[in-house]
Amino acid sequence: MKQQYTITVYAEDQIGLLARITIIFSRRKINIDALNTSSSEIPGIHRFNILIDETEEVVKKLCKQIEKQVEVLKAYYHLNDEIVWQELALYKVPTSQVTEKMSVERILREYGARVVSINTDYTVFECTGHREETDKLVKLFENYGLIEFVRGARVAIIKDSEGFHKKIKEFEANEPGGEVIENEFLSQNTSVFSM
Amino acid sequence: MATIEIKNKAKKQAKAKRAPAKASKAVKKGTTISGSQAVLEALIAEGVSTIFGYPGGAIMPIYDALYDYSNQLEHILVRHEQGGVHAAQGFARTSGKVGVAFATSGPGATNLVTGLADAQIDSTPIVCITGQVFAHLLGTDAFQETDVINVTMPVTKWNYQVTDATEIPSALAKAFHIARSGRPGPVLVDITKNAQIQQFEYPGYQQCHHVRSYRPKPIVRKEYIAEAAKLINSAKKPFVIFGQGIILGQAEKEFKAFIEKGNLPAAWTIMGESALPTDHPLGVGMLGMHGNYGPNVLTNECDVLIAVGMRFDDRVTGRLDKYAKQAKVVHLDIDPAEIDKNVKTTVAVWGDCKETLPLLTKLIESKDHSKWHKQFKKYAKEELKECIEPEMHPAGDVMSMAEVMAALNELTKGDAVIVTDVGQHQMVACRYAKFNKTRSNVTSGGLGTMGFGLPAAIGAKYGAPDRTVVAIIGDGGFQMTLQELGTIMQFGAEVKILILNNQFLGMVRQWQQLFNDKRYSFVNITSPDFVMLAKSYGIEGQSIDQRSDLKTALKTMLDHKGSYLLEVMVGKENNVFPMVPQGSSVAEIRLK
Repeated sequence: MKQQYTITVYAEDQIGLLARITIIFSRRKINIDALNTSSSEIPGIHRFNILIDETEEVVKKLCKQIEKQVEVLKAYYHLNDEIVWQELALYKVPTSQVTEKMSVERILREYGARVVSINTDYTVFECTGHREETDKLVKLFENYGLIEFVRGARVAIIKDSEGFHKKIKEFEANEPGGEVIENEFLSQNTSVFSM
Repeated sequence: MATIEIKNKAKKQAKAKRAPAKASKAVKKGTTISGSQAVLEALIAEGVSTIFGYPGGAIMPIYDALYDYSNQLEHILVRHEQGGVHAAQGFARTSGKVGVAFATSGPGATNLVTGLADAQIDSTPIVCITGQVFAHLLGTDAFQETDVINVTMPVTKWNYQVTDATEIPSALAKAFHIARSGRPGPVLVDITKNAQIQQFEYPGYQQCHHVRSYRPKPIVRKEYIAEAAKLINSAKKPFVIFGQGIILGQAEKEFKAFIEKGNLPAAWTIMGESALPTDHPLGVGMLGMHGNYGPNVLTNECDVLIAVGMRFDDRVTGRLDKYAKQAKVVHLDIDPAEIDKNVKTTVAVWGDCKETLPLLTKLIESKDHSKWHKQFKKYAKEELKECIEPEMHPAGDVMSMAEVMAALNELTKGDAVIVTDVGQHQMVACRYAKFNKTRSNVTSGGLGTMGFGLPAAIGAKYGAPDRTVVAIIGDGGFQMTLQELGTIMQFGAEVKILILNNQFLGMVRQWQQLFNDKRYSFVNITSPDFVMLAKSYGIEGQSIDQRSDLKTALKTMLDHKGSYLLEVMVGKENNVFPMVPQGSSVAEIRLK
């Protein structure tokens, strides 16, 4: 069954690694719904969030292929209920509409939106949340002549994770311990890449 | 004759160059050197002796430095960069060391792609060094500029662009470490011209043994070994299938001890061939589309399938949903991504088989599986009668590829390195060749690269200079890279070239016959006079089409001092059997 999975990748900060990771998906003709790269809790280590709609079997294989890349430390995958996530959206609306027709206060309160910039011509709103929430605002602003809309990729925190601090020490050691080499999947097939 | 003189002269030069270097010490730490010099210092420190390459504008500084290193590094000038990379592969396959190829930017580098892809899918450790335009010209569509890093990304284990000379020692150290450790593979290092020219204070060379984000060898978990042993001990019909992992892990001895203790029948994949002597009593033959009858059929009858260092390629498994469904599967592999990739594993033993096999051997019991062995023998007998005998003794006057292989075996006794190209001759060679020693079968397995044979054989000879190297090539594949005869002419690699000429692109023709109603669409290929062609390169040769000449001709080829080309005309429309048709299960293998 296809479901929404969020893949979290810890990797070295290296030019070209993003391409190495994305070709793993494109080679298999799998679409990436959203992709975010950022720094992580460890200085110098990058963290990718990749959102895809696939079966668990496929996601597991993708994670193994991602982990196989020399510069990748670890790849995890999670279902939506195993993570806390946010997506940030920006909306540009004509200021004339905002001042004359819109009930701004209600929108700000109801949708948890903020105003980030007000100019004579246009006003920019920001809303952070899940897809449904930011989508609702698109619908609403369309009635007021929405000029521009953009949404950032998903960023996610893993509920069960204790962070990468311990793991990075294992990676740095010449002889990595068992923690690094997780082949627990024999007994518990589903949690290979979870912590 | 003039060409032969040139050849001899070149050979002498090559020999002279190979004379041991007099007190050529590594450059001292703190000395100011160029990036190019640092490249060559790195190669020497990594134990490289032979480079296959082709110069060009963007790699000129390295070639200029090479001029002063010719007493320490032997450079073989190939005739095409594809030849260079295949030669590096052949070198790696027979020697077990990392093969090295040089190429210039742009077309030089793109010509490497086929060889990189081949090395990637067949896990061959090679390091390719490409020149690149000056760093300030990157992205300007400069002359001979190609984005080599991105072009080669999907076909390399790792690649890296160096734009500053100070990075060269560490980048190359990392390149060699990654190429040869874990599951080996091709690495490409792209060096911009400014970095090659740049002078810098040499920090000395330090080999790399650890990269933080890279874990070549998983830690062996004893509990899974125990689980695997339990499964094997419970088996009534255990069946071992093995691949190149045994050879790459240098675990031939450990593997032999394992199957001998357990009395386990073992079949090889095309890449695993020669890891076990082909006449070993427990060896039951080759797996796959054109493998042996018994191992294919009995894959679907065994109760425990033990896969060692192999990756369940579709040419081995046939139809996957009908592959060994009745069996519990134990999979030993160094690459975690191979576990459960194609075939669901019951017990996975991650790790280097050099470590895991002895642990497993300790725990398994010696058992008598004679009833099970008899089943293999029964199928072997049937194959012999239905398939092998008719191939060995064809009714008419026209020779078959199989009888050529049998005659060759008689002369080599299984001691030669057999390099093949791709196609029918490859399948026949791998089905029939005798091997006593490991690292003797050099073939393009996963990628099926026509044109691989001749250049790979040149490299194979440099990798195993004391062994006889026979390149078995079809008339089609030979014409893809025959320019490398020039490399043989100039540098004198002693390669015995055996062309099995059926005047067709035989494998495709076979499929067109069997599956496309004999609609022979562009498989009819004409060839030049191969013997005259060889002569023009100063290489002796002859062509035969009579069975009565076969043994003498093969003997002449093998006894000849230097390279030799023997063309054998074989049946035009012979087919390779047994065959598992594409989309069929291994049990549906056809004997004719």
